[in-house]
Amino acid sequence: MTVSSQQSEVRSLKYIFWRRFKKNRLAVFGGVIVFILFTVAILAPFIAPHGPDVIDVKHVLEPPSLQHPFGTDDLGRDILSRVIYGSRISLAVGFVAVGIATIAGIIFGALSGYYGRWADTVIMRFVDIMLAIPTFFLILAVIAMLEPGIWNIMIVIGLTSWMGVARLVRAEFLSLKEREFVLAARALGASDFRIIFRHILPNAMSPVLVSAVLGIAGAVLVESALSFLGIGVQPPTASWGNILTIGKDNIEIAWWISVFPGIAIFITVLAYNLLGEGIRDSIDPRLKI
Amino acid sequence: MITYLLKRLLEMIPTLFGITIISFFIIQLAPGKPTDVLADLNPKMTPEARERLTKYYNLDKPIHVQYLMWLKRVVKLDFGDSFSTDRRPVWTKIKERLSITILINSLALVLIFAIAIPIGVSSAVHQYSLYDKITTMLVFIGFAIPTFWLALLLMILFGVNLHWLPVSGLKSLGYENLSIMGKIWDSVSHLILPVTLEAFGGLAGISRYMRSNMLEVIRQDYITTARAKGLSERKVIYKHALRNALLPVITLLGLSIPGLIGGSVIFENIFGIPGMGQLFYQSVMMRDYPVIMGILTIGAILTLLGNMLADIGYALTDPRIRAR
Repeated sequence: MTVSSQQSEVRSLKYIFWRRFKKNRLAVFGGVIVFILFTVAILAPFIAPHGPDVIDVKHVLEPPSLQHPFGTDDLGRDILSRVIYGSRISLAVGFVAVGIATIAGIIFGALSGYYGRWADTVIMRFVDIMLAIPTFFLILAVIAMLEPGIWNIMIVIGLTSWMGVARLVRAEFLSLKEREFVLAARALGASDFRIIFRHILPNAMSPVLVSAVLGIAGAVLVESALSFLGIGVQPPTASWGNILTIGKDNIEIAWWISVFPGIAIFITVLAYNLLGEGIRDSIDPRLKI
Repeated sequence: MITYLLKRLLEMIPTLFGITIISFFIIQLAPGKPTDVLADLNPKMTPEARERLTKYYNLDKPIHVQYLMWLKRVVKLDFGDSFSTDRRPVWTKIKERLSITILINSLALVLIFAIAIPIGVSSAVHQYSLYDKITTMLVFIGFAIPTFWLALLLMILFGVNLHWLPVSGLKSLGYENLSIMGKIWDSVSHLILPVTLEAFGGLAGISRYMRSNMLEVIRQDYITTARAKGLSERKVIYKHALRNALLPVITLLGLSIPGLIGGSVIFENIFGIPGMGQLFYQSVMMRDYPVIMGILTIGAILTLLGNMLADIGYALTDPRIRAR
């Protein structure tokens, strides 16, 4: 086989992916929203009409107006600006937590699927145990032992959500390791490390990619719930969850504090879900995740 | 059947063991362990509390001894005494809050299946119809709505604006003076919002799963056979297809339990329900380590029991499983 025919094969797979993806209007919509969210997060200082932490005691708990489109909170801070800055937290937590989960999942899944036998038994048993503990309880317990804060949250969410990825990677490895190209690599004397990471893993990446995109949605939800409970991102740093805490405390008098940050979470999670499902359908509609 | 159950029970033991090990290592993260110099600077950890922690977990002994001594007590459901001012045994505190959490979660589970199964079945039977498209869209929305936010919105709507439903606690102020019917309505009305919201979280996933199972089943040969021999469509769908499509959903029932139990932390906190979730939240805020570890372990055991029940249900409905 010549190099050029290999390349055209790759290009055509990408081409098929794009053609399918572009046809899926909901997926494109999700992708556009994700892009906008990135832009908003990066350009937050230029977009936000006010500083996120600027306290204004003369304009406390004001309903939405031209000056403050989303209203103000109990300290007179502009909700719109806080929601805009909150997008940074969501993005950071989503990507770092999912990054940790994906790397851990790939390592455990690959070891389990490639080596089989006792490595498989031990790792899969560990996965079962992790799945038996209510994740939210586990996260809360760990956070209670450490200090709440954005870094601890990212790490804890990551370390409690790798099990699904590990199972996916393991299943892919189980079927791929018997294929001819792996045998060929082994016959040529490639090391296990090389076979796992250079030969099998690239072929097992599509379900991992899909579950990572969907995982970001999950991580955003968990972060907002933790921050809402006051165990996540600590005020005064604005996160969508901790703005909602203030909303709950003022629920009888100021509905706007409770409404807008929730819409932001909803749109973000929806966008990642649509994007993830769209990518899955474009890679392989039969893929089950 | 009995051998199958015994096998499942035996399989639970290593998992249970693993759970205790993980729980045990989490407590090692707590400030106050001998190696943690920073604990001296941690104002949340009084010297007295640290001393009690050291004593209860035998922190001065080697780590495997610590674990074994802790395990010996956990087996007897002795999680030590709470750090809070009442200093009561952890198990007593958990026990009095367990029933309400189990009640709400069970009701939510019933609600999930009562709603999700018909939705899944009908949207599979009418695939690509308007109804199917609308439910699919609603499922996407359901996946994306943070349920604690929905809780706030419903509180604003039904509690603050319409005054239809109470938004906090389990009983109204004048509960004792109500008639029997009044008492029943009072309890029910306090449970409506929390149970609905607990259920909401699982609804989208399970109806989606039901739909894809049903789609798979109605393409099978035996469904064609059933139609070919002239059975009514109703009989084909509800007798031949539904039963087979339902089977995998039963296992999902077991798998959805950790999520439900985790969710009770949020809902019991929002609605002020004195259950295990609220106790857990308060303990986390007050760093009441013995209670945290106790609830973590109990929560995991409840999950295992739920999985076990789901397995039994699966085995009861599917003879093929029992034969294995």
